[in-house]
Amino acid sequence: MNKTSNPKAWWFVVPVLALVAFNAFIPLMTVVNYAFQETFGDNVFFWEGTTWFEQVLRSDRFHAALGRQLLFTGMILAIELPLGIAVALSMPRKGPWVSVCLVLMALPLLIPWNVVGAMWNIFALPDIGLLGHMLNSMGFDYNFTRQPVSAWMTTVVMDVWHWTSLIVLLCYAGLSSIPDAYYQAAHIDGASRWAVFRYIQLPKMKRVLTIAILLRFMDSFMIYTEPFVLTGGGPGNTTTFLSIDLVKIALGQFDLGPAAAMSLIYFLVVLLICWAFYTLMMRGEEQ
Amino acid sequence: MARIEFKQVRHAYPPPPGQPPVYALKEVDQVWEDGGAYALLGPSGCGKTTLLNTISGLLTPSEGTILFDDVEVTRLPTVQRQIAQVFQFPVVYDTMTVYDNLAFPLRNRGIAEDRVRARVEEIAAMLDLTDRLRQRAAGLTADGKQKISLGRGLVREDVNAILFDEPLTVIDPHLKWQLRSKLKELHQQIGVTMIYVTHDQVEALTFADRVVVMYDGAVVQVGTPVELFSQPNHTFVGYFIGSPGMNVLPCELDHGRPVFHGLPVDTRHPASGDLGGKLEIGVRPEFVHFADRGIPVQIEKVEDLGRYQVVTALHGSDTIKMVVGEDERVPSENPQIAFDPEYTRIYHDDWVVGGQAS
Repeated sequence: MNKTSNPKAWWFVVPVLALVAFNAFIPLMTVVNYAFQETFGDNVFFWEGTTWFEQVLRSDRFHAALGRQLLFTGMILAIELPLGIAVALSMPRKGPWVSVCLVLMALPLLIPWNVVGAMWNIFALPDIGLLGHMLNSMGFDYNFTRQPVSAWMTTVVMDVWHWTSLIVLLCYAGLSSIPDAYYQAAHIDGASRWAVFRYIQLPKMKRVLTIAILLRFMDSFMIYTEPFVLTGGGPGNTTTFLSIDLVKIALGQFDLGPAAAMSLIYFLVVLLICWAFYTLMMRGEEQ
Repeated sequence: MARIEFKQVRHAYPPPPGQPPVYALKEVDQVWEDGGAYALLGPSGCGKTTLLNTISGLLTPSEGTILFDDVEVTRLPTVQRQIAQVFQFPVVYDTMTVYDNLAFPLRNRGIAEDRVRARVEEIAAMLDLTDRLRQRAAGLTADGKQKISLGRGLVREDVNAILFDEPLTVIDPHLKWQLRSKLKELHQQIGVTMIYVTHDQVEALTFADRVVVMYDGAVVQVGTPVELFSQPNHTFVGYFIGSPGMNVLPCELDHGRPVFHGLPVDTRHPASGDLGGKLEIGVRPEFVHFADRGIPVQIEKVEDLGRYQVVTALHGSDTIKMVVGEDERVPSENPQIAFDPEYTRIYHDDWVVGGQAS
């Protein structure tokens, strides 16, 4: 077969290249630029090598933020996954209630992130918020603006409220795709409810769960708006997650070099964990 | 092991709002004798699968009673009925090995592991799965997966009946024949009741001792393959079984004797009197032959099928098919045909008149 060479075809690719360049590659390269140099404005740069990276990697502040971030992501995954699966399992499969349930589930996903933060902030205020006031009048000492534990609980509950729906909807889609014959066969085989879940529903949900975990991992690992509006990273630094800390360094302290280095490290951590997780999940698939 | 009895069983699926229910099973009175090999034959949508699911308890019929050995089980859940069922499309537990798949129904019932192993190995040997037992079930072809489904149906020893819902649809023809013989063989060995749903008459006739023909939600005839062939109770049975199907021709009655377009037709099964409604003569192509004096026809088409020829003849606008021997000569001038009186029957509103075969 003869390959025809037609350089005009490149014109079809150019718009895509331009788009990718402007929305991803060039901004990223700017960050790289700051990560290896020092600047005092006026576009004057001094080469710094890996100084900023070493500084970030050695700093206790970064370690603490990373630790908080991992703890937060771990906690919300540990709650949202089982909860989402449980809710999806208990949703009706047919009938008029299906659409009602789906709409109710989708509602939290439609609310803008800063609104979610503001909602929960007001909701949880210890003196006038419905939740905060109720907890206090029930005898709990609850104040998310002053107590780290209260702040953490509120942040986690807020994220669970906001995002469990996503897992529910994905799992529900996975469950709906299981043909009735599987359940009938399980009945005939005398399978228990647990066996049906373990050997039919869970394996059939594997792909959507992989996607759900990836999405929830990435989103929660990069979470910014909601905790920023709710707690502003406080009290103290107790809810200062990676992205909040990053913004503080970059815009609060205007330390562009360390902030750029931290951005790149942050990016690589997300990429690495996603890749490792995905590879692990897909390895089972190929066997 | 049990004798399964249906008493006036009817079933309607929930209708769309505001519409009267449509009965998928119109009324079934049927006894499945213990140890029988039954085929449930009928076109798609005639209620075969619904009937099967009411036996296994996956479906509770809207009306009627089901008895296993005279004990009512109508509302008993599937687990307590001891019925094995194999579905049309393969169902395997993807994450398990072939071995674990086959062992699953036994383990769920708390059977000791050494007994499980013995049974699984026996069934695997029968289905040629022995060398795949350690493989993951997800990696098998459709054939292999359906064999696992069959195996899970056969592996239990204490079942009242094994139900097959068109189990060989996805299997290639050669293997199909082989597996069907295996099932038949197995039936003779273990003597458990087997009910085999199919819309393929060859499958039904080769598998079963008794064939139950269903049409439009009702059982129209139960009989041995020979009975269904020689004495169809209903025009549908005549048409559905046999290839080509039975000739069904419009007629009138003259003192109980059929008359076809003014020509009297000889039959051993006359009606007792004249009847209103739709009247038809039914005669199989095998029992139509050329004669010196009979019904004049035009020959439209002769198909040579090797061991016999199928002749399509026309009388007016009515088509009559006939099967003649390969050596028999098809007359070219003024052909006339006659029907074998023994196998010519009158049908009144689709049901046979005078002496219904059981």
